[in-house]
Amino acid sequence: MNTRWSRKDLLGLRELSADEINFILETADAFKEVGTREIKKVPALRGKTLINFFIEPSTRTRTSFELAAFRLSADVINISASASSLTKGETLKDTARNLEALHADILVLRHSSAGAPQFLAERLKSSVINAGDGAHEHPTQGLLDLYTIREKRGKIANLHVVIVGDILFSRVARSNIFGLIKLGAQVTLVGPSTLVPREFEKLGVTVSHKIEDVLPSADVMNLLRIQHERQRKEYFPGIGEYTALFGLTRERAKLLKPECLIMHPGPINRGVEIDSEVADGLQSVILDQVTNGLAVRMAVLYLCGGIAS
Amino acid sequence: MKNHQPASAAAPIMDAAAIQRTLKRIAHEIIEQNADLKSVVLAGIPLRGVEIARRIAEFVREIAKIDVGMGVIDVAMHRDDVGTRAQLPVVRASKLPVSLETRTLIVVDDVLFTGRTVRAALDAISSFGRPARVQLAALIDRGHRELPIRADYVGKNLPTAAREQIQVRLQETDGEPDTVWLLKE
Repeated sequence: MNTRWSRKDLLGLRELSADEINFILETADAFKEVGTREIKKVPALRGKTLINFFIEPSTRTRTSFELAAFRLSADVINISASASSLTKGETLKDTARNLEALHADILVLRHSSAGAPQFLAERLKSSVINAGDGAHEHPTQGLLDLYTIREKRGKIANLHVVIVGDILFSRVARSNIFGLIKLGAQVTLVGPSTLVPREFEKLGVTVSHKIEDVLPSADVMNLLRIQHERQRKEYFPGIGEYTALFGLTRERAKLLKPECLIMHPGPINRGVEIDSEVADGLQSVILDQVTNGLAVRMAVLYLCGGIAS
Repeated sequence: MKNHQPASAAAPIMDAAAIQRTLKRIAHEIIEQNADLKSVVLAGIPLRGVEIARRIAEFVREIAKIDVGMGVIDVAMHRDDVGTRAQLPVVRASKLPVSLETRTLIVVDDVLFTGRTVRAALDAISSFGRPARVQLAALIDRGHRELPIRADYVGKNLPTAAREQIQVRLQETDGEPDTVWLLKE
């Protein structure tokens, strides 16, 4: 029996203890093995209904949750809604009522507003899993990044993890920062000062605006996607300038230790934040992240959805 | 369930020497029943089934000079009572040979009780492939089956009341001297 997990929801990594994070990663180890079987399916969540409710577009996260649910024998319904037709507050409340009427056991929510998953979690008996809320958190992405580092490097404590990009608007960065610090990694954030303000140092990380300074000591380079659809002119210097200053080019990659991992949450903008050659190189674990995402999401669905209500 | 000190109403049923003798006898029986020992895979159910399988394999090696295959079957994700218990069982990775088709798989557990764990193990095995045959070995058979399941190799038949508990403690898994306890409620 386990006494290490008792939550029905996963809203973020900020509120989890190091032990809870480690327990998810250990559970994911077990589920990763299921993917190697001839029949990649176990009955752990048989009879449970999962609703993928994605108010913001997403292909890989939604597919990953869907496949994870299939592998656990849960039934899956996908609901998407165009963000424009929804206003916060009343609509979410209505959503909650409707989902309750459908007897959904697990709700996977992606929403453009920070805090939307928490809002629903407090009002629903169902488990609520945050699949990304605004610029707040994307806990399963953070967990799969932690899992991949732990798998490839054997540990997380004392590693130097560098996160490059638009940290200010990135929920992936936030979940990574919370998780990495709890597990004892040393974190450096790199990017233009408009997108990586010094305030982040309050979280216990180092901020740098010069990528060359951190490359030689990095154990992991996590390159965030430049979300050009979200960028506002006053924050962002322009794609060409960004690549010139912060892109992981072939030349810059030569400054890395040979064992340094190169990660990216995808989808990649080849030639912007990372050179094609580097993204496909030996140090890249970008596709392992995708495979591990499935195992981590199975673990999260099992742990949250399996709790008796 | 980490009850280190058994309650005062606990009675030792087997000590370390008895357990070893029993496992050695099971090893003999396995050798006798399986002409093609090389096709045998001992697959333990965590935690103690894995350790018991390891010990049986050691005896087989000692007696027949053959290394049988080893595996682990975790049943937690194949149980049929998820969501009905307050606490979720911890899931662990299973490990079985890539090709099972020509193998005799012997499932090994410490205590055979309702048979539900074995049912879950059979379910897990089928997701890995189709072994030529599956057999079952248990250190203790305490009765009270709820499914049509029986063991091929039994260490000790121990008739119990439903409210009693059997606790197996092994040095490697529990850090305590090898003992089988009967706990009267």
